[in-house]
Amino acid sequence: MEERILRDILVHYRGNRGELVPILQEVQESLGYLPEKAMLDVAKFIGVSESHVYAVASFYAQFRLLPLGKKRVAVCRGTACHIRGAPQILSTVERTIGLKEGETSDDLEYTLETVACIGCCALAPCIRVNKDVSGEMTPEKAEELFPSAYRGVQDD
Amino acid sequence: MTDKRMVLTCQGTGCISGGAEQVYLKLKDEIETLGFNEHIHVKCTGCHGFCQQGPLVVVEPEGTFYTKVKPDDVAEIAMSLKPKGKPVDRLFYRDPATGRAIPNYYGISFYNRQERTILRNCGKIDPEDIHDYLSTGGYTAIRKILFEMSPEQVIAEVDSSGIRGLGGAGFPTGLKWGACRRALSEKKYVICNADEGDPGAFQDRSVMEGNPHSVIEGMICAGYAIGSKRGMIYVRAEYPLAVKRLKIAIEQAKKNGFLGRGILDSEFDFEIEIFQGAGAFVCGEETALIASIEGWRGMPRMKPPFPARSGLWGKPTLINNVKTYANIPLIIGNGAEWFASRGTEKSKGTAVFSLTGKVANCGLIEVPIGITLRKIIYDIGGGIPDGKTFKAVQTGGPSGGCLPESLLDMPVDFDSLALAGSIMGSGGMVVMDEDTCMVDVARYFLDFTRRESCGQCIPCRLGTRQMFEILDSITKGNGRPEDIHLLEELSEAIRFSSLCGLGKTAPNPVLTTLRYFRNEYEAHINEKRCPAGVCMIRKEGE
Repeated sequence: MEERILRDILVHYRGNRGELVPILQEVQESLGYLPEKAMLDVAKFIGVSESHVYAVASFYAQFRLLPLGKKRVAVCRGTACHIRGAPQILSTVERTIGLKEGETSDDLEYTLETVACIGCCALAPCIRVNKDVSGEMTPEKAEELFPSAYRGVQDD
Repeated sequence: MTDKRMVLTCQGTGCISGGAEQVYLKLKDEIETLGFNEHIHVKCTGCHGFCQQGPLVVVEPEGTFYTKVKPDDVAEIAMSLKPKGKPVDRLFYRDPATGRAIPNYYGISFYNRQERTILRNCGKIDPEDIHDYLSTGGYTAIRKILFEMSPEQVIAEVDSSGIRGLGGAGFPTGLKWGACRRALSEKKYVICNADEGDPGAFQDRSVMEGNPHSVIEGMICAGYAIGSKRGMIYVRAEYPLAVKRLKIAIEQAKKNGFLGRGILDSEFDFEIEIFQGAGAFVCGEETALIASIEGWRGMPRMKPPFPARSGLWGKPTLINNVKTYANIPLIIGNGAEWFASRGTEKSKGTAVFSLTGKVANCGLIEVPIGITLRKIIYDIGGGIPDGKTFKAVQTGGPSGGCLPESLLDMPVDFDSLALAGSIMGSGGMVVMDEDTCMVDVARYFLDFTRRESCGQCIPCRLGTRQMFEILDSITKGNGRPEDIHLLEELSEAIRFSSLCGLGKTAPNPVLTTLRYFRNEYEAHINEKRCPAGVCMIRKEGE
């Protein structure tokens, strides 16, 4: 399955080094993260060492080397968010879904991340869940973003 | 254009987060159901700038300005548009000081004290429709340069406008273009740096979302001027809407003969592709950006050679910011003199800022360079909300500094900001009030630079970490009197021995807070007290 997806992605590329980042982005878009096997295959395809691919994948904030939760929760820690209370928002979310920054829940429901800036500074502080941005957060509003059924408990 | 009334609904990232998409669809639906669509055009636009009040809906030509519009308000707005209908006054903007309702945007000081040129069409035109851009005079600069001007004349025009780049140094754009023109090579590249990584800044995003064709037109002019056939926009993957609108704009420009082979039947070919940056603040530095496109870790290299001589794939490369390119069609169209008529002696034109933080009116603003900080924060921003007092304003993101009240009457230009220890940079402007702790702010920025340091220069990699740890211990009440001197010493060393702008400017937030707010450091260290009440300092015995 993964191999077929990867093959389908690679046919659109020629194998230049300049395509490395776009390929990794597309692989992550399809698979949700960068599995080790995929990185090895990409290295072979482009003709660079495996360590080169790992070096690039681990350098950029976008790339994930572990599977992610279905809902990616990103708490913005931009400057405007910070001075308007982002640290309290982060700790509220951490408490609510029982995860620390960078962690994914065992049931792969949630991943909690922080991002440098979402670019919605006028609505600070903000949270993004997958692609939806919510602004002017308070700890109470942040808590309400998550179903009460989910407090570290399985949600079906 | 048409004499139809227009209902402009903002579809910028800020307003969309408040539900603007549903507002737009419902408005369109409602107007159609009511049979008004012959006289009323519901249009989706880019960012109006006043994101804090979003979702925004504007009715033209009256300029009626509706704020915080919810899908439930749509029916009422639609009914107000019938002949002799009354506007929905409960959705008007209210002046934060007086509480007075203001029906039109030109009556609001947030708007009427600005001078919008780069942003002139953001919020007015449909960013996904090239015809809207064309109807405002879009792409006429291309016709003008291709058929009336030599590349040298284009560069001379840019040069005499006095426009400067938005990096730390404010390098004159015309000089950069000239150097790229003179570099001899078959292949050259034009890159648009849209890797807006500064936390607290979103103006590049808004320009790309609101008026993507202006950036593309500027890049085509640059390609013609320096003799390049290939352009690339390096945009953060964190900005999916900007990516989408740029892609649409590039396709439409191709279809209309502004991009591709033989542009407007001339001999000039130019193409633009998009590269999505994978998230690294250091890639705002041009040599790191180039390394990243070439498939390396985004690490800066030594300059010279400058990219103008040896850049992407070793070829001469021109790199400018989004707003620089967006200004070019205006400079070509209106002339260098027009551009240079605003601003100060050494800093020409306008500047776009993301005005955020503890200020009543948050949003995107454009002002002539040389305006004072006080005018920006009090006249446009409406001052500090909730009866609090002003403490500091931070410009230039992690490379900039925090400026105190005594500098509020300083003009905002490249040189004055540098003198005060900050930079113009990409244009973040975060206002802080009495509840903001300046040591915590310095700690915050060093936490950012420590994470974002690419790691190749040891003073930056380890020095920023060291500074962060010292600041962290001060905010926890464990600071020692000698820490202040240690911070200054580390700042000097990092500044002196780092290769790129990230390291050279990383100490700025610490140096400016030490310079203007030293008493707060001393209160944390000597009295174990955070004057703003932000830091959790546990007193002995508690």
